Amino acid sequence: MVAPDQQTPDPTTWRQKLSDVLDMFAFPLRTSHYVELVNPLWSTHQMQAQVVEVWDETKDARTITLRPGVNWRLNRPGQHVRIGIPVEGRHYTRTYTISSPPERNDDCFTITVKIIDGGRVSKHIVRNIKVGDYLPIGLPQGDFYLPDASPIQPLFITAGSGITPAMSMIRSLVAQERLPDTVHIHYAPHEFDVIFSKELRQLAAEKKQYHLHEVHTQELGEQKQTQGYFSEEQLETLCPDWKERDCYACGPPGLLAALEDLYEKAGLSRRLHVERFRADFAEIPNNAVGGKVRFAQSNRDVDADSETNLLRVAEDAGMNPPHGCRMGICHTCNTRLLSGCVRDLRTGEVLNESGAIVQTCVCAAAGDCELDL
Amino acid sequence: MTTKKPLPVDLTDEQIDEFGREMEAIYDDIMQSRGESDRQYILGLIRTQRSMALIGRLFMYAGLFFLPAWPHAMAGWTATLLIMGLGTFMLGIAKILENMEIAHNVLHAQWDWMKDPDIQSNTWEWDTMSPSDRWMHSHNVVHHTWTNVLEKDLDVGYGIMRVTPLQEWHPKYLPQPVYFLLLMLFFEEGVALHEQALIDVVEGRKKASEFKPLAKRIGRKIWGQVRKDYIMWPGLAALVAVPISFFVPESPLLVFALVAGANFIANIMRNIWAFMIIFCGHFPEGVYNFTPDQVEGESRGQWYLRQLLGSANITGGSLFHVLSGNLSHQIEHHLFPDMCSNRYPEASQRVRAVAARYGLPYNRASLWRQFGTTWLKNLRLAFPGGKPQPEVARA
Repeated sequence: MVAPDQQTPDPTTWRQKLSDVLDMFAFPLRTSHYVELVNPLWSTHQMQAQVVEVWDETKDARTITLRPGVNWRLNRPGQHVRIGIPVEGRHYTRTYTISSPPERNDDCFTITVKIIDGGRVSKHIVRNIKVGDYLPIGLPQGDFYLPDASPIQPLFITAGSGITPAMSMIRSLVAQERLPDTVHIHYAPHEFDVIFSKELRQLAAEKKQYHLHEVHTQELGEQKQTQGYFSEEQLETLCPDWKERDCYACGPPGLLAALEDLYEKAGLSRRLHVERFRADFAEIPNNAVGGKVRFAQSNRDVDADSETNLLRVAEDAGMNPPHGCRMGICHTCNTRLLSGCVRDLRTGEVLNESGAIVQTCVCAAAGDCELDL
Repeated sequence: MTTKKPLPVDLTDEQIDEFGREMEAIYDDIMQSRGESDRQYILGLIRTQRSMALIGRLFMYAGLFFLPAWPHAMAGWTATLLIMGLGTFMLGIAKILENMEIAHNVLHAQWDWMKDPDIQSNTWEWDTMSPSDRWMHSHNVVHHTWTNVLEKDLDVGYGIMRVTPLQEWHPKYLPQPVYFLLLMLFFEEGVALHEQALIDVVEGRKKASEFKPLAKRIGRKIWGQVRKDYIMWPGLAALVAVPISFFVPESPLLVFALVAGANFIANIMRNIWAFMIIFCGHFPEGVYNFTPDQVEGESRGQWYLRQLLGSANITGGSLFHVLSGNLSHQIEHHLFPDMCSNRYPEASQRVRAVAARYGLPYNRASLWRQFGTTWLKNLRLAFPGGKPQPEVARA
């Protein structure tokens, strides 16, 4: 027995010290780089998840069940996770909402991805990811979740794959057997395009307190404009007591903008909680334009045209960023793109991934951009 | 644009520009075709290399269970040294793969296009004494931009050797065959100390205190390497050997020395191999050196031409190419330093054909010819004189 006043060593520092010593065997790598060879899920330098199941929800949406590695933290329903996806050899990072509830008891979680028109990454996930693949992941993040304690009556307004956070919340409430009186309005083009349709309809049939309203916008034909898309009248019809409810909404920008307008007019903005999809990048016009370049570390904003390389732009602004050959071969000038868009002058390729490596001596602005310089 | 003194070729400026465009076309073709198979290549290679390093070290440990003091029938020096030797060989190969085909090329940003956060030139740290970013400066910037230009490229003789008759002879070059041997054995240490700042201090252009912060950084990296190979791994073996020594009369000190010695041999093995391959890159017979006035105002086409004339390839099989980090395709590596190395063989086919069409030399021979002439040249140039390079390079 340990006496209560006896100091127990802090396990984190003790573990940290052990791992520091173990890492000395692997220098300059870490022990985790070798542990990873045995099982990628055991690595601690980069959390991995293994794909254990794939399931098509609709013709263009798929649920992927992932088993996360050690150090995973349970999500709160509604949160999202960063996932790294290799497509044709290139690594992309995307954020997807976790569609499973934390109450799931097999240590796995699911994401549900729908193919975006022209979306290379989403298409790759839905069509090419196989059971057994390993994907690097981050920890669950985001503040779009239900409060723990206060009993609220939720109104879910979702469209398309925007249903995923709501699904995680509803599943979690059902698993905890504390589903309150809930109204759920969901928009989808057709009946068969409704993700999780079977589960939702079954829930609506079994639970009296869950009221599901599916709006199939493309099936309404002529009345699409008046009855299909979201409007105040429609909301009044489907959910007369919407002003007393807390609204959780996720869907395309148009829907969210309409909701925000409505709630602001009613003076109820604090009752509206929205989750946005990733902001769309502006189209690059055929005649390339420059833009405002922001150098984040130096806290400088400069206007640049579409053909002057960013290294030159920085130097003209009085900065002296690292550089070497000035011809794109030595990569001394590599920096990270924080946001926006640049064009590789050599290939004409446009970089718009935040976090992408930019060779400033051979890249020019393609619209506004922000660099880690 | 023209340089003050022309390059040693009988091509017009227009022809040189056209040559440059042909090189760029090869580069663009290959760079655009990169994809999933290239990613699988580097990931597989890294997995293989790390497994090999780990298994090699475990073999060294396994060998200790066959020391003569053990009572079982297989015990004896032959079995011990055989198994430890196998482990040493595997570790040596793993270190060669890491330094040459993986780290060297990752640090050239050859794999940055994958955007894989684990395989990036600015975060990769390699298994050698030189810190990655220091080496990237002296190598990627100084050496690759100024390839074979006297007074600009630090790699021309590394400040201690005379590798071309263009360098004026000085009595300090007399012992260079000895330097050659020493550098071969301690190449890793040599690379770590290969710094312009250090040369400046030695030659009195800078105060020693100015070199101190850099020395500290390099020192930390060296300490990490030494600690791993000569304290941690042998130390763990010795630690385990202490309780065992009560039952098996074998000195833990001997165990420590055996493991440390095996690691030392693996490091030397890597040093010799890296030295041989790297010295074959720019010093064999037939490689051209340049003077600063030949590169002033150089055009892109002239730059490509200089890379071709200043580098030499080694012939061999595909395993040889991988073990040499594809520096056996030194010419292609210098023409396209950020092209992923597994594509050099296909680039090589095309570059050779272009060189032949322009009547330019394409220096390509076996390891023995390239290293042999490098060594002979080193001996010859220790003394005054030496055969000047041809005025005009022709195939």
